[in-house]
Amino acid sequence: MESIVSRSGWWLAALFFSIFAIGAAADWGFAVHMGIFAVAALVGLVISLRSADFKAAADGLLKVPHDESRYDDELIRYGMIATMFWGMAGFLVGLIIALQLGFPVLNLGLEWTSFGRLRPLHTSAVIFAFGGTALIATSFYVVQRTCRARLAFPGLARFVFWGYQLFIVLAATGYLLGISQGKEYAEPEWYVDLWLTIVWVAYLVVFVGTLVKRTEPHIYVANWFYLSFILTVAMLHLVNNANVPVSLFGSKSYPLWSGVQGALVQWWYGHNAVGFFLTAGFLAMMYYFVPKQAQRPVYSYRLSILHFWSLIFLYIWAGPHHLHYTALPDWAQTLGMVFSVMLWMPSWGGMINGLMTLNGAWDKVRTDPIIRMMVLALAFYGMSTFEGPMMSIKSVNSLSHYTDWTIGHVHSGALGWNGMITFACVYYLVPRLWDRERLYSLRMVNWHFWLATLGIVFYASSMWVAGITQGLMWREYGADGYLVNSFAETVAALHPMYLLRAFGGGLFLVGAGIMTFNVWQTIVGNLRDEDPLYQPKHDPAADRPLTAVPAE
Amino acid sequence: MTAQAPDAAPKEDWRRHKKMERNVALFGLAAFAAVTIGGIVEIAPLFWIDNTIEKVDGMRPYTPLEQAGRDIYVREGCYVCHSQMIRPFRDEVERYGHYSLAAESMYDRPFQWGSKRTGPDLARVGGRYSDEWHVQHLQNPQAMVPESVMPSYSFLATRELDAGDMSATLTALYRAGTPYTKDQIAKADADLKLQADPMGDAADLNKRYPKAQVRDFDGQPDKLTEMDALVAYLQMLGTLVDVNAAAAQEDLAKEKGR
Repeated sequence: MESIVSRSGWWLAALFFSIFAIGAAADWGFAVHMGIFAVAALVGLVISLRSADFKAAADGLLKVPHDESRYDDELIRYGMIATMFWGMAGFLVGLIIALQLGFPVLNLGLEWTSFGRLRPLHTSAVIFAFGGTALIATSFYVVQRTCRARLAFPGLARFVFWGYQLFIVLAATGYLLGISQGKEYAEPEWYVDLWLTIVWVAYLVVFVGTLVKRTEPHIYVANWFYLSFILTVAMLHLVNNANVPVSLFGSKSYPLWSGVQGALVQWWYGHNAVGFFLTAGFLAMMYYFVPKQAQRPVYSYRLSILHFWSLIFLYIWAGPHHLHYTALPDWAQTLGMVFSVMLWMPSWGGMINGLMTLNGAWDKVRTDPIIRMMVLALAFYGMSTFEGPMMSIKSVNSLSHYTDWTIGHVHSGALGWNGMITFACVYYLVPRLWDRERLYSLRMVNWHFWLATLGIVFYASSMWVAGITQGLMWREYGADGYLVNSFAETVAALHPMYLLRAFGGGLFLVGAGIMTFNVWQTIVGNLRDEDPLYQPKHDPAADRPLTAVPAE
Repeated sequence: MTAQAPDAAPKEDWRRHKKMERNVALFGLAAFAAVTIGGIVEIAPLFWIDNTIEKVDGMRPYTPLEQAGRDIYVREGCYVCHSQMIRPFRDEVERYGHYSLAAESMYDRPFQWGSKRTGPDLARVGGRYSDEWHVQHLQNPQAMVPESVMPSYSFLATRELDAGDMSATLTALYRAGTPYTKDQIAKADADLKLQADPMGDAADLNKRYPKAQVRDFDGQPDKLTEMDALVAYLQMLGTLVDVNAAAAQEDLAKEKGR
């Protein structure tokens, strides 16, 4: 009872503070955001006041076992649903902005729907909302299983999950309202950054706390990756978002780092958001779910040690390759390039360790569409971690930088690696978390697989062509020694490629839509009546001995 | 017995790692140490190496109106399609002008170098087009450039500029490291209006902000709109440093590492 009183007290204080901040707000956007805070605090207050009834209601809906002999999986169930929701939202906005580049009229002439505001919404929705929610949910699942212990600090774990969802809502609404810090992948303003810092520290406490109370003697390799992901993202986030707010009740702030220092800090952050959020964190997922689904042990323990340490050490250096030939000093660019090329090896170490885990189970690529998704994810991981180092070579970068080639590269990694491995993990987790016999339909997983694969192929290849076309047209000189193309001509040349890209994105979205339906039906508890995917042929007519036929 | 011998040495090494796998604190510290080194080695020197902190003649902090325009540029996410960083290649220099110097973005909070050119580079767009061209282009890009895929920003022309307390903005920038003077901060709100006033005292503003352009930017002299601020910002981009002046060329010649 006492805890209910003190908790509600905190929520009430937060509610009052938010309402006060609405009144004192220096700008409209800040007032809206404090309103969202107030709503969140009100929800928290209501939940703590009626905690007994509310929990019972939630239990009925989600079948939560309050049993110390079971793992604490309630949040992970919410996490699966949230992952699917944010995924669909992020992919849809991606398709919309892809079409906007083909048909600018789709910007609608409104400030809230213009490309410049929707693009950060897309990137944050897929990276931080879809990817981040999947990472938090799977990390809570994996750390419990590999430590053979329930989550430490269950209340704090709930704060982490819901606090992170609030961060997403604040970030996303902020972009539409025009609240932006103006740094790619770090657009949320200072107070949203502060909120994320609090959530992230709590995440670290829950994760490390669970590791500390483990009953297994060793920390499993997936947890090394999760731990380094949480630690590094905290460091990057704090340094890159060191800002001075204009007013404590206004949304606007200015960064401490300006110009060339600001550029390198940003890309040190930006590249390692890729390195630790989208690589280390997802490799952690790979290290648990691929061996589980394949029912084979991880290929090599030594390789995992070698590639873990070299990956996290080398990744941090690679940031300057985003700033080739800019005003950043040459030595820093070269350092970034050399480390990026070296990074190829530990990246492929991870791919090899994942793929070779299928040793002895390669037949499952044919029979199990989830394994097939994992294999494709690893193949795309390998592909984009080869393409990345190649593009970081200065002479290649002089052509590819500022073009759509970069966009294609990012998406072969994001759709192919992050998307596919997340889909595979969700397909793995949903029947287990809701205690279903199997997924609603494996044939739909197969459809999803092929739609997504085809979508990525369309996306990546159209952007390769677009990027190289763009790069070559910009630098094309005629026999007279003058530039051949005006900028507008290069824009016009890309139109068909932009349409093909949108088509590829559409296929990917349709695949994800099929997945949403499949997952939803699985949660509801339906089983689709369908033929198994692979069954050896049997022809009763041919099932007889050959007998000699007398000659006519 | 003999079969195990070749394996004995490496096994020792792996055993040391096993020690770490049993200790969360040790593992966390080692992982954190591994990820800090690269950043420190690459980023820290930028705060004292000459060609990243040198001042070039002509650079000054943004005027209040330019800063307000820059805030609109950031708010609308212009940086997702336009770079402000010209690379030292023949085609870029011919297309956009002299390659960008580090010092030219020293007061850029945040930097807006960008990473993608869906549209052209804007580092030196100032003075290349007329104010009227910018106003019409922002309102309806396809009317000026039929191939363009840029969204329309017509709402800028109708919306009054609400920059808030400009002195507070300049103070925040000052606290972050931009060297605004007390005079500049005190007169920030007046300077904001002064710069877009066709009857404004240009000489007075130029005392505080050399080369500041004073006029009505959006074709509506009676109104101070967001369009005024954004066009004022675009029209000053790349105009502060005379990169072709002899002194600048000498500075460039001395600059190492390019």
